[in-house]
Amino acid sequence: MYALKFEKEICATCPSPDCLLKCQYMEFDKDEAHQEMMKLVNGEDSRVLTECVTCYACEEYCRRGNHPYYLIGERREEKGILTAPRAITNQWINMTAMQGKQMVGEVQDTALSSCLIPELGMLGSGKLFEDVAQAITFGAEFMCPAVHTHFAKMSVVKERLPKVIDHFRQLGVEKVICLHDECYGTYTSIAPAFGIEVPFTPIYYMDFLLEKLNEMKDQITPLNIRAAYQRPCSNRLIPQKHRLVREIMDLIGVELPDRTYQDENSLCCAEILRAVSGYRLANDVQQRNIDDMVECGASYCVFNCPACQSTLSEKVAKRGLTPVHIIDLCKAAIGEKELEVTA
Amino acid sequence: MAYVRSIEHADIVHRCFRCGYCKFPSDYVDFNCPSHKAFGWDTFSSGGRMWLIRAWLSGEIETSPRFAQILFSCVACGNCEAQCVYPRFKDFLLNIFEETKSELVDEGKIPPTVRDYFKAITVNGNPYKLPQDKRGEWSEGMGIEEFSGQEYLFYVGCVGSYDEVGREMARSVGKLLKDLGVSFGILGAEETCDGNEVKVLGEKGLFTALAEENIIKFKAKGVKKIVTLDPHALNVFRREYPKLGGAFQVRHYTEVVADAIGGGRTSFGPLKTRVTYHDPCYLGRRNLIFEPPREVLRAVPGLDLVEMRRWAVDSFCCGGGGGNFFTDVIGTGEQSPARVRVREALETGAEVLAVACPQCAKMLVDGVKAEGIEDRLEVMDIAQLLSRAGLA
Amino acid sequence: MKDILRSLVDILGERGVSNAAEELWFYARDPGVLEAHFPDYVVAPETTEQVRQVVRLANEEKIPIVPMGNGMALTGLVIPLKGGIVMDMKRMNRILEVNEKARYAVVEGGTSQGALKAYLQDHHPQLRHSLPDAPPTTTIAANVSLHGQGRLTQQYGFNSDMVTGLEVVLPTGEVCKIGSPSLGPYWFSKGPTLPDLSGLFLGWLGTTGIFTKVGLKLYPNKKIRDVEIFVTDRVDLVPDIIYKLTHLEMLEDINAWFQPRPLMFKDNYHITMYFTGDTEEEVEFKRKMIWDSLEEFIVTKDGGFMGVGYMKPMLLEMPQRGIAAFADVPRGGGFEYSGPITLIEHYPDYALKVMELAEKYEVIYSSAARVVSGGHSMMFSISFAFNRADAAMMERVKKALDEATEFALEKGGIPWKPNYKEQRMTLEKLDPNTLKLLQMVKRNLDPNGIMNPGNWEVS
Repeated sequence: MYALKFEKEICATCPSPDCLLKCQYMEFDKDEAHQEMMKLVNGEDSRVLTECVTCYACEEYCRRGNHPYYLIGERREEKGILTAPRAITNQWINMTAMQGKQMVGEVQDTALSSCLIPELGMLGSGKLFEDVAQAITFGAEFMCPAVHTHFAKMSVVKERLPKVIDHFRQLGVEKVICLHDECYGTYTSIAPAFGIEVPFTPIYYMDFLLEKLNEMKDQITPLNIRAAYQRPCSNRLIPQKHRLVREIMDLIGVELPDRTYQDENSLCCAEILRAVSGYRLANDVQQRNIDDMVECGASYCVFNCPACQSTLSEKVAKRGLTPVHIIDLCKAAIGEKELEVTA
Repeated sequence: MAYVRSIEHADIVHRCFRCGYCKFPSDYVDFNCPSHKAFGWDTFSSGGRMWLIRAWLSGEIETSPRFAQILFSCVACGNCEAQCVYPRFKDFLLNIFEETKSELVDEGKIPPTVRDYFKAITVNGNPYKLPQDKRGEWSEGMGIEEFSGQEYLFYVGCVGSYDEVGREMARSVGKLLKDLGVSFGILGAEETCDGNEVKVLGEKGLFTALAEENIIKFKAKGVKKIVTLDPHALNVFRREYPKLGGAFQVRHYTEVVADAIGGGRTSFGPLKTRVTYHDPCYLGRRNLIFEPPREVLRAVPGLDLVEMRRWAVDSFCCGGGGGNFFTDVIGTGEQSPARVRVREALETGAEVLAVACPQCAKMLVDGVKAEGIEDRLEVMDIAQLLSRAGLA
Repeated sequence: MKDILRSLVDILGERGVSNAAEELWFYARDPGVLEAHFPDYVVAPETTEQVRQVVRLANEEKIPIVPMGNGMALTGLVIPLKGGIVMDMKRMNRILEVNEKARYAVVEGGTSQGALKAYLQDHHPQLRHSLPDAPPTTTIAANVSLHGQGRLTQQYGFNSDMVTGLEVVLPTGEVCKIGSPSLGPYWFSKGPTLPDLSGLFLGWLGTTGIFTKVGLKLYPNKKIRDVEIFVTDRVDLVPDIIYKLTHLEMLEDINAWFQPRPLMFKDNYHITMYFTGDTEEEVEFKRKMIWDSLEEFIVTKDGGFMGVGYMKPMLLEMPQRGIAAFADVPRGGGFEYSGPITLIEHYPDYALKVMELAEKYEVIYSSAARVVSGGHSMMFSISFAFNRADAAMMERVKKALDEATEFALEKGGIPWKPNYKEQRMTLEKLDPNTLKLLQMVKRNLDPNGIMNPGNWEVS
């Protein structure tokens, strides 16, 4: 069985326990943050085990390469502490179970992974993806199981991830372009953290996009719009990739005005918060987040994750912002798609 | 030995629950299955038909004139296919009806008017039993050229060539295409029936012969693009001819006109009138061409385009489909589709009922007469309307 | 002997009568599992007068007569068990009146649910009726005659409770108005303050008369509808959850359901709640109240709200097309259900019974219970899908449904729209004096036993 590689000493000697100190859903002073983290490290009870809302952000806050978020999940599971109600937890396990319904395109050495998210299949099309669109993979068999960390079901992650990796191995691919941050985060963060070998090179879709856009620079018409970016939880697993959003936006003429809940301070879309913590927190987070988007003068809300988009689209639209995925913005910039406008 | 009935999709006929969604448009405002509306029995709806086919396949009911009437009164309008709630089943509803009609053709037990139709096509090449050399007569004196490599072949079809209302429409469309500078030619006396109705009525052999002859002719003449007067022809050229090796770029005249006038390239004189547009089934629901005809109408200044309660995918058939234009199995009673439809058009307050199909045109003209509302509602083809508005 | 066909044609015209093999075959059955029984004639009246004349003829000649809407009860209630005449009411489909301020509609006896919905949408967008999730072709008259339910049953009771007056052709041929229309032009009350004679007809499954007009209550049509689904894996908690929700007095509709497929629904019980509002504020307030009411189950991790996301359009559709789609799960075009009306506290027992029956008879199940009038009872549906081409499977479904009804009766429940066998089981269990009263009513109203015979009859 795979086990989390966690360096106790790193935490013990940590000068600034940002993992908990920066948390936007729990409050600690510096000493308490350190103490609670050490309780987790030592397998003792901690309020973190019942209060953490699984936003993933501590994975980014920790600058010393440890994995506080995975550790919280491990400890919760060891102690039988659920994050969400059992029925919801099991629903997620069941609905992402492998049932042999996967779809695989003409895959050679590169696959274009759309996880288990049908919208990604639509997004991964057109001129930007014309070399790779036919190599699409879709289905539970190719789905990164990171979502189960929200439910502290690390055992499911450890059981399914090697199988998913093996399915890609069987395709004989050298590269997997990940259309979902969660997939890229799984292969580059979760897998190494648990000692699971990844026999292919994961490519982050925004790296791919940026390269394509640079190649097609002469076809880009700047969009000249202002947008607020909804950073997804799984981007916390790959914080080094966060800068790509701005680079892409700059290239296609989208201004991202400064706002309170950006970068490290980003707020969750709150779909998981609804399940884990309930209406009040979810509603509060969504309201603060959307108020902030409106206040910064954005007219578009740009999504990276289709799950965030599905959760927030209706709500942002009601506030006059047009919801749009980053890929669709790029398609609009090269004249392939019309830019929608919320009435 | 007893005659064994079989149709290609016999193994899925039982999947109809006959829940009745197929009888309605998407918002349930009225029965939208023309034969059910006309006859008023569940047996004349898609679900009824499907259940009867199952009974007939299993020998529980026999072939009878009534059974043939039930099958041949189907106008193949496709409403049932659009509304059926069974995604893996709905795509085959019309196939099942067609296959059953085909069996009835093989059994030789079809309504007399259907038999007459097949005979006329076989003998005369058209349902009107008129000489072939009269086929191009509609274009006389218009300066329309024979096809000789122009961009489009303008395919007119039987109704446009022989029927009085159809010929008038063919002339209007021909003139409009000319005025707009579209490069086209016609086959004239060399044109033969497209076979759409022959196929829908289940005469597979005759259909294949007609289609193959047409394909050979089109290819020999170097036809690449076809513009049709009749959406029925458009349907068969687009959907069936490619299966027989005849892949052409096929467009309806409203599409070509919409393109030609697009972006304000052509403007029309003002025409102050209220118009409602009737979607032909083979143009709209069956081939999803809803917008071009409307775009053309909207290009006329002063023309007030209003929609009927049932329009686009929910449009109610004029009753001429499925060969009924010629065979009239569906009848002309008070609840006959054409009469129901013109009453619906009248409710919009429109003075003109615009059409884009010669079969609809004729059916609805007759509907207006039967309802005695000639002084309140005029049926006009879109090209005729444009001609009345005049090129500005 | 009288030439019945000739007489019927005299009354209805050629277009209104058929004894062709095709119509007789079709009108001999419904989409459920019960065996067919052929009628001798099928008629389709267009006026009350035609109905009256046909009934009078049938009564004189002692010919059975069975009124029919769209035949979607699925329990054979329109199968002419003793032959005779099937009367397809669907040509009597006019919407005669909508009184906007008094919130009622008067429709003819064959008006479909779909047509009324569309009519209100067009002409009275502030009003709605309690639309069932049956296909929209089903008729309003048939629905109330079998105590049907609809979208507003949680708030306002059975759809038959919403009747505001009736015009009935009695088995002896008289046309009788019930309720306020018997006194004046208004259709606002089916009974009160008169003795409520509608009870002689509602729930009688067409055995005491034919509805030619129905008055029906309409309700405010709020601008926004929304939906949430609460999920639990503890069946024993479902009654408590519903109790908390009904206490809110805020929900349009509450359905508790479970099904094994797709996999995401496995092992859980789902409670779908619909709520409405004229403003976002109202909707959000209700949402918050709903969440708060179930907070305790979330805290104990016994239940939670699932993301509705992509299911929302399907859930908010009225009627829900997906319900008819259940028939095609075994690629076979059929399902049937037993839907006893029972206490919500019995939910767990019924739920276990469904799964037991599905396993025993190897059939595909689905179950959806609808809360009735604020929680006084529920309709618990025990649904089994079947393949119409598989006679053995249909037989198994039939047996499973019979056993479900036996179970419901044992539990003190009342079968809903029971088939003739279930009616018999019910009558056998009925208090003898109640049975006597019932028979007395029936004998007096229908002395020749012509109305839908075989139903509500003691063998």
